[in-house]
Amino acid sequence: MKVTTSQQDFLRGVWRENPVLIQMLGLCPALAVTNTVANSLAMGLATFFVLAGSSVLVALLKRFIPHEVRISTYILIIATFVTVADMTLEAVVPGIHKALGAFIALIVVNCMILGRQEAFASRRPVGRALIDACGTGFGFIIALLIMGSVREILGNGSFLNISLFGPDFEPWVIFVLPPGGFLTLGFVLLFLNWRSSRKRRKELKPGATTTTGESTVERKVA
Amino acid sequence: MGNLVWIFLSTMVVNNFTLALFLGLCPFMGVSGRVATALRMGLANIFVLVITSLCAWFLNAFVLPHAPYLRLIAFIVVIASLVQIVEMVIKKVSPALFQQLGIFLPLITTNCAILGLAIFQTNRGYGFLEGLFFALGAGCGLTLALVLMASIREDSELASVPALARGTALVLIIAGSLSLAFMGFAGLGSST
Repeated sequence: MKVTTSQQDFLRGVWRENPVLIQMLGLCPALAVTNTVANSLAMGLATFFVLAGSSVLVALLKRFIPHEVRISTYILIIATFVTVADMTLEAVVPGIHKALGAFIALIVVNCMILGRQEAFASRRPVGRALIDACGTGFGFIIALLIMGSVREILGNGSFLNISLFGPDFEPWVIFVLPPGGFLTLGFVLLFLNWRSSRKRRKELKPGATTTTGESTVERKVA
Repeated sequence: MGNLVWIFLSTMVVNNFTLALFLGLCPFMGVSGRVATALRMGLANIFVLVITSLCAWFLNAFVLPHAPYLRLIAFIVVIASLVQIVEMVIKKVSPALFQQLGIFLPLITTNCAILGLAIFQTNRGYGFLEGLFFALGAGCGLTLALVLMASIREDSELASVPALARGTALVLIIAGSLSLAFMGFAGLGSST
């Protein structure tokens, strides 16, 4: 395994290996609850809490977890934190809890969280695990906010329920409905593909023959 | 009886698990390359969903009234272990069936569609039979979405897609269009 500094651990999750936009993990919440910015934020924070909590606990307990049942143990730890998050949200912001519905409970099966436990938290000291979890969690929040902003602005003409365009704006309702989730993420990915291919073309020498047209970034589907 | 048919139909097309509720996206994106594989994945999903529904019903009826805060943990543990046991039994009893479905079973267990089914079933207070039809509808809906997606993807291999859009972006945009088409079923319930 490569030796990395804590700063690299943090930044890697935020952008270079963004869980949603690059690794395609945790798509279910990223598409399902991002119809408004407020919902995206609540979902992002809840996931952040679960990820950070379970990473710390897994890193603390890694000596005591038998190798054969590690995955089940991770899932149990994650489920415990999700239950805490679920009950907290229900008590503090009942409106948003109702809007998110079953998707709070479904944080348990977010492959991003399990992935971080298996790939990082179970092998590193507590502090590093926490930093890595924070980075990945921030990356997740950023991705959700991008999705949420696009969908709320186009689909409802507002941002955090504040109207942006005045009464004459005809909202593109489709963006707050399920198809909008797929389309928004599709277009965000197209944009990222376009940016990275343009960057690669710039890096090539001007005289060199460009064969990069064929090879767009190969994205891993989880 | 009409109620049960309605549960089945509405879960299958109106509130399709994948296209309207975004559950089970991992197999939808990952194993929708070939129609034959997609069909097998779908069948394995139906199988696990029915088991899940039975488990959830049992837990809700007999165990969880005493300890509601254990709901999530209980669902996950019981469903995962039962699927594991059923997998072993199938391997022993019918190797042919295991060849067809077996490799998918462990993957499916931690799929959001499975846990989602258990939670939705609980939230809506479905009983034994209702839950069973709910699971069948969800499974058929997943299979339908998977097979449709796989057929489109097989065809799109022959089309000249711009290099920029190849891969996940294309799959997502196809999924968006499919989801848009399925929204047409939304009016189905209003006339009854």
